[in-house]
Amino acid sequence: MIDELTKSFYIAMKDFREYYMKPGALSWGLLFPFVFALAFMIRRGGLTEWLAPGMIALALFFGSTSMSAMSIVFERRFGSFERLMLYPINYTTIALGKTLSSFLMGIVSIVPVFILTTAVLRITPAHPILLTLATILATFESSTFGVLLSFMVKDPTQVMVVFNLVRFPMMFLADVIVPVSLMPHYILPVVLLQPLTYSAEVVRFGYEGSYDILPPEISFTLTFVIGVLFLILAGYIIKRSKP
Amino acid sequence: MERSRSCAISVNELTKVYGSLRAVDRISFCVHEGEIFGFLGPNGAGKTTTVRMLVGLTNITSGRALICGHDVVKEYKVVKRLIGVVPDVSNLYLELTSYQNLMFSAKMYGVPRGVREERVKELLKFFGLWRFKDTKFKNLSKGLKRRLTIASALVHNPKVLFLDEPTSGLDVMSRRILWRQLKELNRQGVTIFLTTHNVYEAFHISDRIAIINKGKIVAIGTPEELSRKFSTQEVIEVAFQPSNPELNDLLEHIKGALDIRRVGDHIEIVPLDKASVIENVAKYARLRGLEISMLRLRSADAEELFLKIVGEAK
Ligand SMILES: Nc1ncnc2c1ncn2[C@@H]1O[C@H](COP(=O)(O)OP(=O)(O)O)[C@@H](O)[C@H]1O
Ligand SMILES: [Mg+2]
Repeated sequence: MIDELTKSFYIAMKDFREYYMKPGALSWGLLFPFVFALAFMIRRGGLTEWLAPGMIALALFFGSTSMSAMSIVFERRFGSFERLMLYPINYTTIALGKTLSSFLMGIVSIVPVFILTTAVLRITPAHPILLTLATILATFESSTFGVLLSFMVKDPTQVMVVFNLVRFPMMFLADVIVPVSLMPHYILPVVLLQPLTYSAEVVRFGYEGSYDILPPEISFTLTFVIGVLFLILAGYIIKRSKP
Repeated sequence: MERSRSCAISVNELTKVYGSLRAVDRISFCVHEGEIFGFLGPNGAGKTTTVRMLVGLTNITSGRALICGHDVVKEYKVVKRLIGVVPDVSNLYLELTSYQNLMFSAKMYGVPRGVREERVKELLKFFGLWRFKDTKFKNLSKGLKRRLTIASALVHNPKVLFLDEPTSGLDVMSRRILWRQLKELNRQGVTIFLTTHNVYEAFHISDRIAIINKGKIVAIGTPEELSRKFSTQEVIEVAFQPSNPELNDLLEHIKGALDIRRVGDHIEIVPLDKASVIENVAKYARLRGLEISMLRLRSADAEELFLKIVGEAK
């Protein structure tokens, strides 16, 4: 068990070292959320208290999923992904390794946005400890989502296009930049069906101490459970990917 | 199945089916401990598929394989510790240096912290890569990439090393260096399973060879045994007057030939059936109004032997 965890950590460090400077990870993972937040700050009447946690959720989402895209789609295309299957480890360990590197990138991507909201705009979180926990859970869930999504994409040249086709609608439908209360009622099921909603909810609770859609116990639990489910599913998909 | 203790790799009726294609068709063989075993066959014969099944990268349709007595499916974790695998492409991580790549492999194989570094250094030196230890993989030459990929399959001191076409695409020099290194590894006790489509390579470096074609093993034995078995095999050399005809035209008319090619001022025919080839050559000359200015037999070399063996399986 410890051994498998250690090895997933090795995979994560390897991935991070190899891909964090790659244009795909850098521009969509780190720069985009920051520029997006900056744009909100400068225009559109500023970055409100309501928007700040959304921007954090957005950063961890884009950061983590961009890393998965790089570390899985590229490796699968160039054959190095299969190297991982030669080692004496479980398939879930490989999935966890990829999740952890995505996680790291998600956390890194939060930093500039957090500095912007905290230092420049002086929006301080209501529950710093809960916010930390929420951030960890949300980034974990986003990462497993990114890992899963990466297995659907074959062509590395198209990966960011495909990812954005998925990420942008999610961003608008997850109570991140547009409050659910402003949307028509029939949208709600769609909102509840996607993972980003819950990670945005937990971050929002950590920030504001209040919630928009679901009570914190539920959204915290769901974020964790969805993350674990996606992780197990990713392990299964890796196993099934053998010809 | 050969179950004697000395089988490092023991394969029984191993089969892989892709849709309607039997890529590997009920093959059985035993690779003895300490052997260099050559797996020789033309492109698409099923070499890579076989290796991939043995090392756990491709699911087995039916049949069974043991490595050092352990089932490759049921005991895959044990097996993975015992084997090193060099895939047909050099697929290490582009942005990592030689040293980082090997260290990563060592960690993943669970090489203990205390010996990791020493082992990596030793391998870098053995493969003549010490100068390139801080060079990123993407900046290495093809030959060096190949060597590093082999090195990374050896970090955990495997008992059996699988190499899928290790020298394909390498220049003569790198190829020879690699052969020497493989022989040296073998001398140190590593059992080697190597696939190749290069007949000379197989005969040059293997202790025993299995020839595979269209998913089936068509011959197996030491290079000497294989040569002897097919020693009756000959090549027909022929020249026509006033000039040699087009090869395509010849190919159409000469039945029983495995291969026809132009060599200098004459034509060489590798016959499957000697008598019918000679008969056909005579008929052809009459048909085209040509004169046969030379016709003789010589014994085949390894390459021609291979064509013959592969041809017989058709
Ligand atoms: N993943 C796959 N799906 C379908 N067919 C495959 C797959 N891999 C290999 N094949 C087919 O199996 C046959 C054997 O291929 P391979 O083992 O790669 O041959 P070799 O390595 O001897 O050149 C070929 O006809 C090839 O097209
Ligand atoms: Mg092959």
